[in-house]
Amino acid sequence: MAVLLSSEQLSTTIRALAKTLSERHPGFEDVVFVGIQQGGAVLGEEIVAELQRLNPGKTIPYGQLDITFYRDDIRKNIIPPDKMNIHFGVENKTVILIDDVLFTGRTIKAALDVLFDYGRPAKVELCVLVDRNEHRQFPIQADYVGTTVQTSRTDKVKLVNREVILIPA
Amino acid sequence: MQLSTRHLLGIKNLSKEDISLILSTAEQFKEVLQRPVKKVPSLRDVTIVNLFYENSTRTRFSFELAEKRLSADTINFAASSSSAAKGETLLDTVNNILSMKVDMVVMRHSASGAPHFLSQHIPAAIINAGDGINEHPTQALLDAFSIREKTGGLEGRKVAIIGDIMHSRVAQSNIYLLNKMGAEVTVCGPPTLIPKYIREALGVNVSYNLRETLEWCDVANVLRIQLERQNQVLFSSLREYSIAYGINRQLLDSLNKEIVIMHPGPINRGVELDSDVADSKQSIILQQVENGVAVRMAVLYLLANRNN
Repeated sequence: MAVLLSSEQLSTTIRALAKTLSERHPGFEDVVFVGIQQGGAVLGEEIVAELQRLNPGKTIPYGQLDITFYRDDIRKNIIPPDKMNIHFGVENKTVILIDDVLFTGRTIKAALDVLFDYGRPAKVELCVLVDRNEHRQFPIQADYVGTTVQTSRTDKVKLVNREVILIPA
Repeated sequence: MQLSTRHLLGIKNLSKEDISLILSTAEQFKEVLQRPVKKVPSLRDVTIVNLFYENSTRTRFSFELAEKRLSADTINFAASSSSAAKGETLLDTVNNILSMKVDMVVMRHSASGAPHFLSQHIPAAIINAGDGINEHPTQALLDAFSIREKTGGLEGRKVAIIGDIMHSRVAQSNIYLLNKMGAEVTVCGPPTLIPKYIREALGVNVSYNLRETLEWCDVANVLRIQLERQNQVLFSSLREYSIAYGINRQLLDSLNKEIVIMHPGPINRGVELDSDVADSKQSIILQQVENGVAVRMAVLYLLANRNN
C-alpha cells in the first residue's frame, strides 16, 4: 500500500480545486454541486465547505448522488445502494459533479444517466481529486483535476480517512 | 450483501438480515419514486411474468408498476382469461411461459404452497404474491416498512392484528416478520376466526376483546373478513361482527392514546373499519399502498441480482 496524497496534501489540493472553481464560476450563479457516493460525496462536502469559506454569504447547493441502480455491472456484483439526496432542481443549471477517483469513466457515465432523470442541466462539469487517465474506457475527461497518477490497471486507488491510497493487486 | 434465498416464497424462511436488507433497499427505491423520472434501468434485461390465478387489484398493479419502474419487460397472465380455463395444469402453463425466456415469476394462487411447488420444478425465481391461506410476504414487508416509517422502528413495537386471522395469509406473514424483527404481536378477533393453538405455534398473544387490544397496541393492522374462504358460518352476521370487532371513531377517541391504523385492503367499509377511521389522519392505509411499490422494487431488484 502506498499513500498517493497525505492528509495535508489533500487539504492543499482541495483548496486549489476550490480556488479554480471560484475563479471559473464567479458568483456561482445557477451552479450546483453533486458528489458521487461514496468517496465523491465525502470529498464534495470538503470542497463545498472550502467554497463557502471563499465566498461567504453565498448559498452553494450541494447534494449526493448514488449510481447503484444504474451500474452496468449490476448482474456481476450486488452492492447495497447509498443515499441519494438531490433536494434542488438541476434543470438549466450548471452541475459540477465531484468524484474522488476518475478511472475507467464508467461511474461518470452512470452518474450522467442518474442526473438526467432529475432534469436537463444546461451544462455538466466534472471535478476529480485523482485522475488515472491512462485507463479510460469512455470518452470522458475531467474539467478540474487535483492530481494525475500513473497506475497499473489492476491497482485500486481510494480516498480513505482523508488520505488517497494505492493498493496494488 | 445479498439475500439468503433465490425465491421469495414466504417470510418464514427469510432471515432477519434478509428482511433488513429488503427494507433498507426499499428506502432508496422510495426516493426513486419521488424523482421527476420515476424509473431506473436496473432490470432492463429481465423479463417477468405476473401469474395471477386469483383476483387482485392492489398487488397486481403494485407488482406491475414496480417491474416497470425497474425497466423490466412484463407479461400478465390472468387465469380467468387463459388456457388454464381449458384445463391446462399449473406446471404446463408455467413451462410454456418459461420456454419464451422468462426470468422471474410473480405468482398468486388460491392453493397454499403453489409457489413452493413451482420453485421445485422450474429454474426461474419465484415471488409469492399470496398463496391461499399461507403467506403474502410482500404485504408483510410493506406493512413493516410502513410501521418503521411511521413509528421509527419495529423492535419492541406492539402490533395488534385484528379480524379474520384463520383465513389470512397477511396475518401469518406479518406474524413471522414481526416476531423475527423483535416486535410484540397480539391477534384479536372472534374465537371462531382465530386458530386454536396459534399462541403455541407462532408465539403471539391472543385476545378476544377489541378494546383491551387497542389500549395495548401502538399499531392496529385490521384485516378483511374473507367471506370467499369461509365454507361454514363462523359468526352470525356481518352486523354482529361489526358491533363486536369493527373499529369506529368513537372507540378510537375513547382510547388513552393515538394508535396507527393499517389495513391491507380491500376494506369492507362499515364492517371491520368505519369510513371516518379509514380516512382519518391516524390511518396509513394509502401510505401502505405507496410503500408497496418501493418494497416490491427492492424484492425484485435483490432477487434478480441473486440469480446470476
